[in-house]
Amino acid sequence: MTIDFAHFTPYASLFGGILIGLAAFILLAFNGRVMGISGIFASALTNHPVGGLWRWFFLAGTVIGPLVYLGFREDGLLVRPVSEGTMLYIGGFIVGLGSMIGAGCTSGHGICGLARLSPRSFLAVMTFMISAVVTVLIVHSGS
Amino acid sequence: MPVLIAIVSGVLFGIGLAMGGMLDPAKVVGFLDIFGLWDPSLAFVMGGGVIVNLIGYHGFIRRMGQPVCDARFHLPQKQSFDMQLIAGSALFGIGWGITGLCPGPAVASLFTNLDTGAIFLACVGGGLLAGKVISSQFWPA
Repeated sequence: MTIDFAHFTPYASLFGGILIGLAAFILLAFNGRVMGISGIFASALTNHPVGGLWRWFFLAGTVIGPLVYLGFREDGLLVRPVSEGTMLYIGGFIVGLGSMIGAGCTSGHGICGLARLSPRSFLAVMTFMISAVVTVLIVHSGS
Repeated sequence: MPVLIAIVSGVLFGIGLAMGGMLDPAKVVGFLDIFGLWDPSLAFVMGGGVIVNLIGYHGFIRRMGQPVCDARFHLPQKQSFDMQLIAGSALFGIGWGITGLCPGPAVASLFTNLDTGAIFLACVGGGLLAGKVISSQFWPA
């Protein structure tokens, strides 16, 4: 294992993580809702919008957030795609499919579930971390 | 009030994702590439998020009878392990490894990645809906 110190951003990442954690805490403490994006997005698409209006507001906030961040940064936001075309879109479909069948993704299982010490979320996080590491090893090795 | 809380939470989440590096697929892949040149940054994102919620959940929320703006906490009730949890999570990991984007960043990238953001988000949404159909067909609640 070699650490990539050139791209390592411990402080920005830790601070970003703390903001994500605060977002999840606020949503649960005030609205009683778990901040799981796959669940919020799926329910926003399928449930009646009136009862679940908060979901659309949350998603709108998630879209606005990076634009707010960009407003404070002159050097812009680094976005380097790793896949394109069909591969990117099939990958996106699998991301949605898997997180719906597995009842959560990095936010719901990874942040909220782990913090609640949920055994299901521990298993889910172990599983998707292993499968993602193996996938990267196969698809992106050497890149 | 709940919609106001939701948008504040969403904005904080979106800023956190951008600041943490989660919107840069190459950085995510750099984190997952533990056998190559490894960028541990995203462990700090997850660590920060989990620590805040460990304190928040066990220190505050468990002592609250109900949330401030709702009659009850809507927490997952299921405790048991099942095949869906493992199969779905394994699939999700494959998609995350291929694209370097999970659902939160897929939403947050709508306007920061104008080339493919909208189509990618539509693909994630399509996958979620397909997953919902498959779950209800094979594992009816």
